[in-house]
Amino acid sequence: MTTFNDLLRGHYAADPHRAAVVLQHAGQDDETLTYGGLLAAANGYAQTYAENGLQPGEVVVLILQHGRELVAAFWGAVLHGAIPSIMPFLTEKLSPERYRADLASLVSITKPVAIVTYPEFESEVRSALTEGDSVRRVIITDQVAPASPPDFSLLPGSRRSPADIVLLQHSSGTTGLQKGVALSHEAVINQLTAYSQVLNIDSASDVIVSWLPLYHDMGLIAAFLMPVLLGVPLVIQSPFDWVRAPYRLMQAVSKYKGTLSWLPNFAYNFSAQRVRPRDMDGVDLSTWRAIVNCSEPVRFESHQAFFEKFQPYGLKWESLQTSYAMAENVFAVTQSPLNGSPATEEIDRIAFIHERMIRPVTDGRPVVKMMSSGHVLSNTRVRVVDEHRRDVPERTVGEVALRSDCMLTGYYNRPDITKKAFHDGWYLTGDYGYLSNGELYVTGRKKDMIIVGGKNIYPQDLEALASEVDGVHNGRTVAFGIYDERQGTEEVVIVAEADTADPVEQQHIADAVRQHVTKNSAVALRFVHIVGPKWVLKTSSGKVARSANKEKYLEEQGINGMD
Amino acid sequence: MTIDMIASIATFIAAQILKQPNRVIRSDESLISSGLIDSFSLMDLALFVEDTFGVRIEDTELTADTFDTLDQLAALVQSRQK
Repeated sequence: MTTFNDLLRGHYAADPHRAAVVLQHAGQDDETLTYGGLLAAANGYAQTYAENGLQPGEVVVLILQHGRELVAAFWGAVLHGAIPSIMPFLTEKLSPERYRADLASLVSITKPVAIVTYPEFESEVRSALTEGDSVRRVIITDQVAPASPPDFSLLPGSRRSPADIVLLQHSSGTTGLQKGVALSHEAVINQLTAYSQVLNIDSASDVIVSWLPLYHDMGLIAAFLMPVLLGVPLVIQSPFDWVRAPYRLMQAVSKYKGTLSWLPNFAYNFSAQRVRPRDMDGVDLSTWRAIVNCSEPVRFESHQAFFEKFQPYGLKWESLQTSYAMAENVFAVTQSPLNGSPATEEIDRIAFIHERMIRPVTDGRPVVKMMSSGHVLSNTRVRVVDEHRRDVPERTVGEVALRSDCMLTGYYNRPDITKKAFHDGWYLTGDYGYLSNGELYVTGRKKDMIIVGGKNIYPQDLEALASEVDGVHNGRTVAFGIYDERQGTEEVVIVAEADTADPVEQQHIADAVRQHVTKNSAVALRFVHIVGPKWVLKTSSGKVARSANKEKYLEEQGINGMD
Repeated sequence: MTIDMIASIATFIAAQILKQPNRVIRSDESLISSGLIDSFSLMDLALFVEDTFGVRIEDTELTADTFDTLDQLAALVQSRQK
């Protein structure tokens, strides 16, 4: 059995001059880190963690932006045997007060002993800490020991066992930050072994290019850990640069002869709509052998739009692939076979929506086109079950359940929710889907989670925030996502009850809700709908019935919902 | 001139980005730092301004530091049109 540290040691011994990571920043020259350079920088952090009294197995939270410090601080934690967890950095959209509250709630559950951040952010971090909490040290980037060659025989991380936890991964928001997915060395390496096999990864010829954030499983696993641990060169750019200039991904693929990338579905639409021809001069995408659509529902139309836009630059249709993944399985559960295109099938839309049945289309009936997420990985087993946890027949929609040798160790310090997530050793994903010809089609979610641009958002967080706004009835708010064809992702709707029927006042309340929710969640709201008393439907137990409210909203707006 | 420019950008933001065609946007109202325009929509705004007024806005300029209100955006556009 191996650990991260064994793999790093192997790369370092084999060729310290080999390129590991190229860091791109808008308006700056690219910075290449070799394995020698990367591990020397990481070793500086490992020494600093040791000097600050961190013990192997203790958690260190990294509050750093995309760049050299983040990469070095992460691998430094691995070298030291500490458990790194990357927290999203404060953005201009989010209010500092909310960020502090989120950080405090992460600290209260995850109990990190140290936090790493920049000098200019230190006071922000300290203001979230309280006397008697778990954090013993705030480590500032400019006080970190200089880079120096690692001595693996002395580094405590070299004595970690495969079953030890190697990292924590949180999803965003108040709820997400209280649910850290704890992964072991063994689980991550089992995932990478199985996943790299279906991807036919070849460290001699592959180059992974990514703009994905490292606090999310897709960016962290597929486009950070996998390349570095398997010796595949990685080119990473900041999500903030990409969202303002999506052509940067194409230019990077062209410049570095990129072969593999992962994108959430919205990014296909976003790139197709927002890349200008003038930024594509001389760009060659012919080396791109797989672009994997993952982390939100996959849409055939998004692949089509992306292909039409970039085919003139050498993009191949066969490069467009799909995967179904989740942090609890480290990453991938399925992957479409790379020697073809993901299977698609046209099914009867009405039977699908109303009976959850997958029927072939008969003449004249409305159609919905489904795209497969591919075959289950060799180390993972998938079942589709009904509400009594019994297997449903092929081509019937049910909840996706899985077991594998790469499951999470647990939600960190949360035995309560860890226990609830499993049934007889099977992890219940909360996603709906069906199996057809050995391939998995994901159709929707059992949980009310909203996915915007690949980011999971808990509606209860947004509802609580909307309730705080003056004029809104406390507890009489509902948040849900509706799919937007053009964007290729969900958009967030909030419906909030207020007493006033005056349209001008309603507009003021809507603006206040929009501003307050965005400032406190960094989630942009597309529609804020202010309604009169008794609009919001609740269940008999007094909970907000989100799907019923969503249907009511769609009906009132005359929108034909799909899921 | 400035008023026309501000009005046309305001109409675009209300109708295309906020999907609230009747929404009035004041020329000194903060757009980016308030969360009114999210990062996904910033590029749409930049493309609209470039196509409508024939100026170029660099992607590194799409932040609240460069412009956060219609007044500031209009001033930026006019400084480039000269």
